Amino acid sequence: MPDTAWHIIEVVVMLLLPLLMAGGLTVVERRLLGQLQDRYGPNRVGVMGEMQVLADAVKLLGKEDWIPPFADRPVFVAAPAIILMSVLASFAVIPLTSGFAVADLNVGLLFFLAMSSLGVYSVALAGWSSRSKYPLLGGLRAAAQLLGYEVFMGMSLLGVVMMAGSFDLSTIVEGQRGLWYVGPQFVGFVVFFIAGLAETRRTPFDLPEAESELVAGYHAEYSAMKFGIFYVGEYLGITLVSALMTVLFFGGWLGPILPGWTWFLLKTSILILVVIVVRAALPRVRYDQLMSFGWKVMLPLTLINLLVTAAVILAT
Amino acid sequence: MSADPHTDTHGAAVDTHGHDSHGHDAHGNGCAPAGPKRPTTEELIARKAATRQEIEPGADLMTISIGPQHPSTHGVYRIVLDLDGEIIVDGRPEVGNLHRGIEKLCENRTYHQIVPLTDRLDYIASFAMNHGFCEAAEKLMGLEVPDRGRYIRTIAHELARLSNHILWLGIHVMDLGTQTFFCICFRDREYILDLWEMLCGARLTHSFARIGGVAKDLPDGFEYRCRKVMEFLPKRVAEYERIVKNNRIYYKRAKGVGVFTAEDCYAWRVTGPPLRSAGIARDLRKDEPYAAYGEVDFDVAVEYNADVYDRFLVRMKEIRESCKIILQCLDQMPDGDFISKDAGHVLPRKSEVMRQSGAMIQDFNQVFRGPQAPKGEVYRAIEVPKGEMGVYIRSEGGGKPARVRFTTPSFYHGQALPALAKGEMIADMVAIFASIDVVLGDCDR
Repeated sequence: MPDTAWHIIEVVVMLLLPLLMAGGLTVVERRLLGQLQDRYGPNRVGVMGEMQVLADAVKLLGKEDWIPPFADRPVFVAAPAIILMSVLASFAVIPLTSGFAVADLNVGLLFFLAMSSLGVYSVALAGWSSRSKYPLLGGLRAAAQLLGYEVFMGMSLLGVVMMAGSFDLSTIVEGQRGLWYVGPQFVGFVVFFIAGLAETRRTPFDLPEAESELVAGYHAEYSAMKFGIFYVGEYLGITLVSALMTVLFFGGWLGPILPGWTWFLLKTSILILVVIVVRAALPRVRYDQLMSFGWKVMLPLTLINLLVTAAVILAT
Repeated sequence: MSADPHTDTHGAAVDTHGHDSHGHDAHGNGCAPAGPKRPTTEELIARKAATRQEIEPGADLMTISIGPQHPSTHGVYRIVLDLDGEIIVDGRPEVGNLHRGIEKLCENRTYHQIVPLTDRLDYIASFAMNHGFCEAAEKLMGLEVPDRGRYIRTIAHELARLSNHILWLGIHVMDLGTQTFFCICFRDREYILDLWEMLCGARLTHSFARIGGVAKDLPDGFEYRCRKVMEFLPKRVAEYERIVKNNRIYYKRAKGVGVFTAEDCYAWRVTGPPLRSAGIARDLRKDEPYAAYGEVDFDVAVEYNADVYDRFLVRMKEIRESCKIILQCLDQMPDGDFISKDAGHVLPRKSEVMRQSGAMIQDFNQVFRGPQAPKGEVYRAIEVPKGEMGVYIRSEGGGKPARVRFTTPSFYHGQALPALAKGEMIADMVAIFASIDVVLGDCDR
């Protein structure tokens, strides 16, 4: 049954690749931030510090997995699992190259949005179940922020959907043969990028874990590998958002000469680096500023973008 | 020397109108609100009311303890906040976690031995603390510091101010969430610390001032390197300002946040840059000159909006003025002794102690008996980087003081935090706390 075998390969690749990328990303980010900040970053383990992932993982696994006695135990344990599952499940619909996706759903984009909505539960429940004040504040911030930005994250993609005429990610990529959607859908791209930063809780939208106010925010009570899973979940989220931007706006696997998957990985990596550089450059916004920015600037912008796109499509 | 029209306004009346002797920096990137550049006190009060939300206590509040172990309390400051959502309803500060009994220790030490203790007050600008104590002790003993000593002290004090302000800037911006800028500031602070290393061998706790002067003369090559750094720092400051001012997020986080009018400052004894950001040109370097400040030309940095953003601007101006002061001191550096020759109160030079019997006896006397101070009490205040620092010494004769009391700015700034942050959001509290520049060694003593 070569078909089943092929499918298993697909599953394994789409499971391991994001995890490996997220793991590697922890070191890449620390190294890159180090370079940008005029210091070294981790450079002791391995040749360039690349084995730091392994050292960190071993360290986290060796630590006591402490669950606070005051925490809501089942929810506390479930919360990190949810973020990992929802992000990893989203990778199922990402086409690595032509015909190489675990689930080539015809509503792939909707599936991604659904999964990313599930991710909210993880952060909110982590903050809530810790029964501690800093995590509670972080969890509340996260719930408001993620739900709010969810709205126009979805809306910003509708322009692309209109142009491609499909929710299927492979079809969307095929639709970009002539011109990447980043051109005609530039506003959509910018909005999606910002919303993506907010969804993955990255600077300048890292309010749920704002280390200077809330210490560690929603995961303040987590230790050992549970903390590690949140950490990996964040990087998986970055990888996912970058992969999705590649698919939706930068033509996915399309590119000359090199095989499709190299183009896909190349574009994704560049977008990930951009996300890291943004972290190095910007301070954190305040909670009310985040909300008013979302509802007063981003939402109208998306709606206008949507209207203009619809009008152009109707006119041509 | 430019006459400063605001110097005489540090009474109760707050004159924030009129004069234009200070160049008013454009508020970065055209973000400044249109209209008069200098708000009246009423306007400031109105702005303060506008940014703060009034919540009557008794609502469903959450009490949260920030500190003593918290990344943005800059040490072991603790504040217990009553929160309504993210809004601060009230706060109760708690200090004393870093109390080391320095004032009590002073009672069992000779005046010379107290100098290293003062390093541990504000360890970010430890020379300023040495300087304050030595000025007070000299006033008590009626000592004259030789000209060269005074000039070296001025240079050293301004180096302390520079290192303090640059560090402050990094920490302040880091509290708003960007690490990179912190690293940039530390990179540039390194040049100041290198100068300190040349000057006295230490980078953090200098103990460079002595009663009657300073510990050492300027080393060879110091002037050249110092000039290089002082010419290069203003360029860096311009770069800082460009980075920070042009950042919309920083601007929004800082502008109009934590308004603290001049009256508030008086009520809470807030001095230094926070007071100057409220339009009051109160600077002891100018008002009651000590060391060589009377002989150099510099402006008092003043801003008028009394918010976090203006405190940043004031400190940036002060960095520029400090560079100016140091360059002028290097130009005007007189020859002669760097420490007084008064054998009764001053430590002799180490090089002479082993060769001259007089110096050896003097050294023995000074080390074992201490400088013999007359009976009496003195109070001396100087302008340290964080504000006004006062030193009170009561002597009953002999080599040890009967009582030493330091009134350091951080303590008063720390106690004002609830008043500053009431009605603001918890994220603003972090920005405000950084903007008033508190160091806990200075606060708890």
